Amino acid sequence: MKRAISRFGLLRVVIFFGLLILVPILGGPVWLLNMLIFTVMYAALSSSWNLLGGLAGYPSLGHVAFFGIGAYAFAIMFQGSVGDGFSPFLALPVVGVAVALLSVPIGWVSMRTRADVFAIVTITFLFITQTLAFNLNSLTGGAQGKSVAPPPFDVSTYDWPFYYAMLALLAVAMGISFYFSRSKIGLSLATVRADEDKAHGVGVRVTAVKLIAFAVSSGMVAMVGCVWAYYVGFIYPQFAVDPLITIGMVLMAFLGGRGTLWGPVLGSFILVPAQEFFAQTFGASELYLLAYAAVFLVIMLFLPRGILPSISDRLRRRRLAAEGDARDAAQLSEVQDASKSPVTSEVAR
Amino acid sequence: MSEVLLEVDHLTKRFGGVTAVDECSFTVNEGSITALIGPNGSGKTTAFNMITGYLKADSGQIHFRGNTIARPRPADLYRRGLSRTFQQARIFPELSVEENLVVAAGYSWRQLFGRRVSATDKELARQMLAEFRLEPLLELPASDLSYGQRKLLEFAAVLMSNPKLVLLDEPTAGVNPVMIDAMERHIRERNAAGVTFLIVEHDMQLVMRLCDPVIVLDQGAPIAFGTPAEVQSNPKVLEAYLGG
Repeated sequence: MKRAISRFGLLRVVIFFGLLILVPILGGPVWLLNMLIFTVMYAALSSSWNLLGGLAGYPSLGHVAFFGIGAYAFAIMFQGSVGDGFSPFLALPVVGVAVALLSVPIGWVSMRTRADVFAIVTITFLFITQTLAFNLNSLTGGAQGKSVAPPPFDVSTYDWPFYYAMLALLAVAMGISFYFSRSKIGLSLATVRADEDKAHGVGVRVTAVKLIAFAVSSGMVAMVGCVWAYYVGFIYPQFAVDPLITIGMVLMAFLGGRGTLWGPVLGSFILVPAQEFFAQTFGASELYLLAYAAVFLVIMLFLPRGILPSISDRLRRRRLAAEGDARDAAQLSEVQDASKSPVTSEVAR
Repeated sequence: MSEVLLEVDHLTKRFGGVTAVDECSFTVNEGSITALIGPNGSGKTTAFNMITGYLKADSGQIHFRGNTIARPRPADLYRRGLSRTFQQARIFPELSVEENLVVAAGYSWRQLFGRRVSATDKELARQMLAEFRLEPLLELPASDLSYGQRKLLEFAAVLMSNPKLVLLDEPTAGVNPVMIDAMERHIRERNAAGVTFLIVEHDMQLVMRLCDPVIVLDQGAPIAFGTPAEVQSNPKVLEAYLGG
């Protein structure tokens, strides 16, 4: 259960981000960078969702509402001009903080419910937001959509700023996830996830940590929404507040492993390319959705807690079994003190 | 004489047509090990739940350390020095044994943003585990513990915040005899160190050995109060337990 920054962990981060940073520079087919933008976008969304859904165990299905709010905030701010094209990125933290603050009352109300009721409440919030986006014509342009002014980027490297912005947001989301899990915020969130009533009973500041997780998670998702709106240039209510995006970020976290640092990232890097591949293979027949679902079902069937937790659990069990064998051999002649050999019960299981 | 630490004042709780706790009043003196006994369904756990803020009372009040607690809330009471354990040994199975203790020790806002388990936390947790002879389990996930060990861990965890009053809900139910002795010893040690206990327990031998005074509940209200010997010879108590 030790969580020291291992050299291996640091190496993993350096290699992962190093490779992703190099991709545009090294070149490659055009579709690759485009697909990577969406892969990294989903990784950032899923990692942000994981702060609440994974660490605190509150499975929000409404997070795309914050994505949409971020997207519309950006479109409204930059519908006229974006200057040199780079300055809008500087507005990201402003939108992030604003949406995080806005989300506090929403979180406070919705997190009075738990588990499936919470999921329903948040999904309601999603549809309220979508309906507002359709009907607040003067603000959102309604069903006609809203456009962001096109940035004056060079055609050959047009995608680069968006890609690096997404990558930076992923890094921030993962950084926060890492920080949470190593601080008492993460410890408190883990008690909330395991047994919220008991957590109250040992004096954990349950409401405070839940709201922190909710606000940070929402703010991050909103910033990703901003970059997305800027990239696609034209947003409509049904795409900016799309339930499929919510489903995407939840599925990817479930697939890779909820509550882990790398789980949501792994899930995104499997599911987004898989979706693209199936969409190409099966064309517009929507059959690709079936294949997409099949991948998910197979993995959840065999690794129900997600890929990473299942694997680490298996490794841990194997290691403990080996240790237990060694210990049993050493203690063969000693009297076994029942309270001191919990490892054997682990092996027996 | 000793002072009143907890005063339960006419607590009432109805579930539909059933009155689980009915105008229940009693006091717990500082420094005592008070037992709360009664037949099944007499409202002991319901009373516990109301005292610790897990259940809203229909009427009545509690006073703790001289203050009236208008709206009892578990976390608030815990910080005031009133903590409890649960019948089913509720611990956090995903956390390590050490983390189970650290999270129950209480922390300030600033510490919330600090390290998950600081060096100070580690030392405090180690001391507590040493007292409970659970030290070798420090780094194991709590899910690896046996039921008896979980009960001890839950008990150790609520002691981390140095409470004034600890409510134990059946601390020895479902636990082997060796563990019962250990539990009794820990309760006595901590009581000698100044912690007051209110215990719901079905093991009458343990109650008679350990507790004084004893409160007997029947149908949601106290029917007897006194030393173990007095309670044992009280005809009303016999009637409640054996039926009449």
